[in-house]
This record gives sequence, structure tokens and C-alpha cells, in this order.
Amino acid sequence: MKKKAMNLKKMLLAVLIMLPGFALAAGGETPIPLDAMEPNLEDQASLQRGAKTYLNYCMGCHSLKYQRYQRTADDLGIPVDLMMEHMVFDSSAQIGSLMDNTMSVDHAKQWFGSVPPDLTLYTMLKGGPEYLYTYMRVFYEDKTRPFGVNNLLFENVGMPHPLVELQGLQRKVCKQIPLLADNGGEMRDPLSGEPITSEQCGDDLLHRGFSPLELVEGTGSLTPEEYDQVIYDLANFLYYTVDPSRLDRERIGIYVLLFLAFFYVFTWLLGREYTKEFH
Amino acid sequence: MSALQQSFKNMMDWVDARLPVTETYEKHLSKYYAPKNFNIWYLFGVLSVVVLVNQLLTGIWLTMSYVPTADGAFASVEYIMRDVEYGWMLRYMHSTGASAFFLVVYLHMFRGLAYGSYQKPRELIWILGMLIYVALMAEGFFGYLLPWGNMSFWAGQVIVSLAGAIPFVGDALATWVRGDFNISGITLNRFFALHVVLIPLVLIVLVFLHILALHEVGSNNPDGVDIKKNVDEDGKPIDSIPFHPHYTIGHDLPAIVAFLFLFCVVMFYFPDGGGYLIEHPNYEPANPLKTPDLIAPVWYYTPFYSMLRAATFPLFGLDAKFWGLVVMAGAIALPVVLPWLDKSPVKSIRYKGWGSKIFLTVFIISFFILGYLGVQHPTPGRTLVAQICTAIYFSYFLLMPWYTSVEKTKPVPERVTMP
Amino acid sequence: MNEDSVNTGRRNFLIGATTVVGSAGVVGVAVPFVGSWNPSAKALAAGAPVKVDISKMSPGEILGPIPAWRDKPIFVVKRSDVMLEELNSKNDRLADPDSQREQQPVYAQNDTRSIKPDVLVLVGLCTHLSCSPKFRPAIQPEVFDEEWIGGFFCPCHGSKFDLAGRVYTGVPAPSNLEVPPHFYESDSVIVIGEDEGTA
Repeated sequence: MKKKAMNLKKMLLAVLIMLPGFALAAGGETPIPLDAMEPNLEDQASLQRGAKTYLNYCMGCHSLKYQRYQRTADDLGIPVDLMMEHMVFDSSAQIGSLMDNTMSVDHAKQWFGSVPPDLTLYTMLKGGPEYLYTYMRVFYEDKTRPFGVNNLLFENVGMPHPLVELQGLQRKVCKQIPLLADNGGEMRDPLSGEPITSEQCGDDLLHRGFSPLELVEGTGSLTPEEYDQVIYDLANFLYYTVDPSRLDRERIGIYVLLFLAFFYVFTWLLGREYTKEFH
Repeated sequence: MSALQQSFKNMMDWVDARLPVTETYEKHLSKYYAPKNFNIWYLFGVLSVVVLVNQLLTGIWLTMSYVPTADGAFASVEYIMRDVEYGWMLRYMHSTGASAFFLVVYLHMFRGLAYGSYQKPRELIWILGMLIYVALMAEGFFGYLLPWGNMSFWAGQVIVSLAGAIPFVGDALATWVRGDFNISGITLNRFFALHVVLIPLVLIVLVFLHILALHEVGSNNPDGVDIKKNVDEDGKPIDSIPFHPHYTIGHDLPAIVAFLFLFCVVMFYFPDGGGYLIEHPNYEPANPLKTPDLIAPVWYYTPFYSMLRAATFPLFGLDAKFWGLVVMAGAIALPVVLPWLDKSPVKSIRYKGWGSKIFLTVFIISFFILGYLGVQHPTPGRTLVAQICTAIYFSYFLLMPWYTSVEKTKPVPERVTMP
Repeated sequence: MNEDSVNTGRRNFLIGATTVVGSAGVVGVAVPFVGSWNPSAKALAAGAPVKVDISKMSPGEILGPIPAWRDKPIFVVKRSDVMLEELNSKNDRLADPDSQREQQPVYAQNDTRSIKPDVLVLVGLCTHLSCSPKFRPAIQPEVFDEEWIGGFFCPCHGSKFDLAGRVYTGVPAPSNLEVPPHFYESDSVIVIGEDEGTA
């Protein structure tokens, strides 16, 4: 959560600058600001870890049905036999198969009330990997929900926290903080001069620069830093699946642009031969 | 003359006696005399032909892997993006090409406005051009539904529902266009047929006629001077040069390469345009139960979309929705009669008076503002701005007979001036 | 005009150079258009090797064209002893009895065109115009051949092949039926579509 506080100012600035773009980019306003992350498709190790996390924890409910195992293995530098042995859990799947899951629509509706969405394109549906990167880190305990958890970014979320064993359980923080006057200053009692406080919880604290959630000690197998890395890798991987040709595209693009620049020189020189006559 | 040249000449004589190849080549290229004072604004016609060819070729190739059904469309686009070899390139060439098409056409149209290229005797060129523009809007609209993303669906929904604003027959008409009670696979199928067959055919015929009409009367130029007034003993205008090779090789080829460079920068590095060329809601399949937070058309429609939304009050007993349609349709149709609205004795903005200059400038600025507002959530303030800009848009055309006839024009030179 | 004649050489050079570079560009543009016609990842996945269980086949029987590989019919024939005896008895009537042309992997370039002498694996498409030939195993006179010793007969254009898929002379088909890459995963399971040890 430290990262969040640090990035808050940056986020605000970005929001102000890109105001017109922001509405589209984020698909509307989010209840809490998104944490920044810079995806890196060149980092195969990260993508491999992300793929492994996805196939182990997410694939049971969320398919990647536009992507094939073969393509994933090739792009991420995973040998096909290792992929089949350790990462493909669907016994009917072959290496060339689409990464669909076997959950039936009826079961899904029965368990979750709706069909868990396919996530191949999810990160860009949300305007970038930042949404998922934030979402996966702000689950908190909420006994009133069917799965016992809720999410700061997605209120009344309809899924359990799939990585709770890694992250551990988070709870909403509640603390007394000074009320703010209309002019932005802290409200103080006119007699004692003491700040007037009220109890604020969770995301309300966030707006004042406090951590909204706290980790219950000893409930997760990873440290917060390790967990952030797991989620970074996962978001990075899902950013990759949106457009697996991206690296190819950017590499080919350079050659195309160099060629056009080179060709331009010739056409410009030749063109001059025909235009200087009448200029 | 060598034997080879002789046999080539014999062959061409044989062909020319049966098909006017040489005559056509001369009429439209080597002996088509274009004014020699063309500037950069005269590149966008040829660039739009380049983009048209790109759209036709990539479009044909995309249909080879695309499935025009409600169940298959979205997945088939993803299939093109990842499973088909270089499919991503063909698709991005096509999607980037759509925006590029409108960009060059808008610049081409602005050139026509500024230099009075619509004036006598070029009225038909202008009208054919406007028809091309309308056909292009239809082409873009039908094509936008085909990826079957959620934005595709809802954009189609909104625009088809527009027909519902027509009194009495509107709802029946909208249902007829959809072929269903909501946008569905049936609609998708017919839009596919229109997008890949009918409208492209119409476009090609219109472009052909547009160029034919142009070559009949000859090109205008930045000075608006009639170059046919000064001809040499062969009847060739003195202030002209042959279109080929002097313009084709001399100007157009380097310009095409430079244009392709810019095109490729977008295509290879910003194909989704930060969510403006490929909108984020289009990363999920069409869902008739879930409207995206903000439905904004692609940038090239937004000025007219703003005008549609700017109509917020009923008039003469008809509701605002109907007037929105009228305003939008009027805004698109009004430029057609432009040749008869301009009463100025001169063509080019260079020699027109202050009235024309101010109106054109304000008109362009309003058009940009309307375009910007079209991608924003409407607020009362923005709606007011849109209403003002809409009024300016219309007054540019409707007041033209007045300000072009009262303003003081500058004398037009006898000969063209070189840049 | 004087300047024109001076520049002719330079102009011709530039025309040539621009044409050459431009042609390279056209070839480059053609790459995605040509490349997109290659089998897609989907087609490649559907064309993955198939496994065939032959344990229940009895001599003289054909399995197929039920197993399909790359959407092509595959013939798996378990030849009887009689068939094998007759197989090389009339080699003078065959166009390529020794399988010289590369219509089979090296491990099937033998008398029986197979890994195991009795089990024949073929792509069931005539090498003439890709009709699928009929299996006519009986050693008996047929309307299309008085001295028929069993084999495949293509109804489209009358091409004839023996029980090793070798083409007869005097028929339209130019070469033997193709033997696809295959290997035995176990005694009774054949993997069709790849050579042993490539995957």
C-alpha cells in the first residue's frame, strides 16, 4: 500500500493532464485510484511466472479462449513438453488447443450467479493492466459477502479471493482522523483547539493519504513485496495475451519505417528532377 | 526506331484501334495539364486513392478469415489477430486505414472550401465528392459493427435508433433496418454485405466519376485563376504542366511515401490510438444487456454526433430527438448546395474578403470543438458550447450568400503565382 | 533544355534506383497478403498427428477412411499373408515398383512400403486429381482389370494402385499413393502425422 500513497500524486497529475483520455482509458471513474505498473513484454521470466499463476489459480473459472497453448509456449519461451506436463491441467487439451476451460455455463451460474468472464482481452477492456494489478491487491475480509471477501475496486465482487493463501487476509483499517473544513484545513474545536475527528474506514482513508487496508499477520505465505511481484507478473501476462503479436509488430515496424525513410530519399531526389523544371 | 520500339508501337496501334488505351493515358495523365502552382493541399486527393486501395485490399483479405455471424464474429477477429499469419497486420492496416481515410478526405474537403474548388464549373465534382463522403460515412458505420465488440453493438444501436426519430414511420424503419427488434446477427449479416460489397462498389463508381468530372473541366488551383485563359499555340495552358510525370513522380510519389511513413508509425506503434481508434469496450463481445459507460463514435463522426446531441429542446410540436436527426442530416447534406451559396466573384480564399476569411476560420474552429465535445460526456455547459458551434456551422453555409456578396474582394492576378 | 540533356543520366539512374527500391517495397507489402494464406494456427492445430489403434483389425481389413489427418482420409490396411505373397508378383505392370519417387518416408521405401510388412498406412488421395480411391482387396478379375490382384481403384478417372499403394502404368495418376509420416507408439498404436522422435 506504500506504493499507492507514493503514486497518488503522480496519478492525480496524470488524471489532470489526460482528462479527456481518461474517461475512455479507464472505462469510467474507479472507486479508488489505480496503482501504476509498467508492463514489460520483454521480461519472459515474468510472463512465465504470470502464466503459471494464471493456469494454477485462475484458469479453473476464467478461460483464455482466444489464445492457444502452443502460441503461449512459443512466445514465452516455454518448451512444449514442460508446458504440457506442468501447466496444462485440462487432460483433453493438446498443445495446439485454445486455452478454454471445462467449466459449464450452468455450473458457473449456479456457483457464482454469472459466468466468469474470459480474460484474454481483459486488461485492455479495463484500459490497461493497472486495473487488474490494483484489483488483485485490494481484496478485504467482509463476512457479509457470500465468499467472505469484498474488494475496494469492485464493490460487492462476486468471486472469492483466489490468491488469499498467498497474500493473506486483509482487513479494512478504521481510525480517527481530523475532519476537513470547507477551505481544506483541519477542523478544530473552537474552545480547546483540538482537531475534530471522526472515524473513517477503508477507501475513505485513502483520500486522506492513509492506508485503507491492513494485513492480518501470518495469514499469507508471501511477503507483501513478493505478492506484489506475483500480481505484477500476472497482470503482465494478461497484458501479453491481449495482443501476443505486439513485440513482433514493434520489431517489424522499425524495419518498415527505416525502409520508407530510405525509399523517401530516392523518391525525393527523383521528384526534384521533375519539379525543378518549373520552379 | 529500334525493332523493339517498332513492334511495341505496332502492338499499341492494334490495341488502340480496339480500346483507347493511349488516348486515355494522354487525356488523364501525360496530357492532362494541371496548374503549375499546386501546393501541399493538392496531395490529399491522391492520398485518399492510396488509402482506398489499402482498404479494398486489406478488406478483401480480412473477409477471407472473418465470420459474419453473431456467434463467430468476435472470435474470428481474435483468430485473425493471433492465428492467421500476419493477420494482425492486415487488421491494423484496415483499422488504421479507416481513420487515415477520413483524415485525408477532411483535408481534401478543406482544400476545396478554401480555394473555392466547388465553384462553377466544378459543381458536379463537388457534389460527387460529397456523395463519396456520405458513402464513406456509411461504409465506416457498417464496418464498425463487424468486430461485434460491445462498442460496435451499442454504436450500431444508437445510430439505427436515430431512424426511430422520424415521425410516424421511424420505429418501423429502424426495425426494418435491423431486420430484428434489436441489433442481432441478422443485422450483422446485412451490414457485412453492405460493407464489403455494395458500398465499396458505390464508392469506386463515385470516385471514378469524381475524377472523370475533374479531368473534363480541369483542376482549380490556390489562386483560383482559370489557366485556360492563357494558352500557347498548341492550346496548352501556359501556366500548366503535364500531370504525369511532373506531378505524379515529382510531387505525389514522395508525398505518398511520407504519408505511408506516418501511417506506419500509427499502425505499428499506436494501432488502438490510446482507446480512440479501437475503443476499450470493444475488447469484449457485444452484450445487449450492458451499455458501455460512454458511447462515443470514432473521432471522424464526432462533430456530427455533437450536433445530434446539441438538439435538446422540442420545436413546432416535434420532440428534440427528431430535431437532432434533422440537425445532423442537415449538417451533412447542406454542403452539397455550396456551389450555389457562394456568390463571390473570386474563388480562392486568398482574394476573398474579410467576411469569408473570418467565417471559414470560425467554421473550422467550431468543427474541431464539436469533434472534441463528441467524445466527452455531455454536461449543460458543453451542450451550450455545442449549440453555439452548431449555429456557427450552419451560419457558415446559410449566411454565405450574404457575406460573399457584400465583402470587398482583392483583384485576382492574370497568371498564377508560384509558391 | 540544355540542363535537361545534362541531367538525363542522373534522371535515368534515379528512375532505376527508385524502381528497384520501390519493387522491394511492393514485395514487402505482398508478404502479409501472401503469408496470411498459409495454414493458420487453427489449421495447424487441427492438423496435429492422430493416433490409431490397430489391435482389433483382422487380416485383409481396411480401417478407413475414418481416421483423418489434416482433414485428409487415411487408409490403414492390415494385409493378409495371401495379399503379401501376391504383392510383388506383377511388378512389371507398375510405374514405380521400387518406390524411387519420394512419395514415402525412407522407412517405408521397401517392398511393402510399410514399417511392419503387413500394416500399410496411406494418404487416401489419388495422386492424379485428389479423388479418394476405393479399396478393392479381392484377387479376382474386375471390370477395370482382368488380372486384378487387389488394390485401390479410383472411380474418378480410373487410376489403379496395388495393395502397397503403387500406381499401375497406363493410368492418369503419375505416382504412388503417399505414405504419411508415422511411427508405432506401441505394438498396436500408430501415430500418424509425424516421424518418430521429432516431437
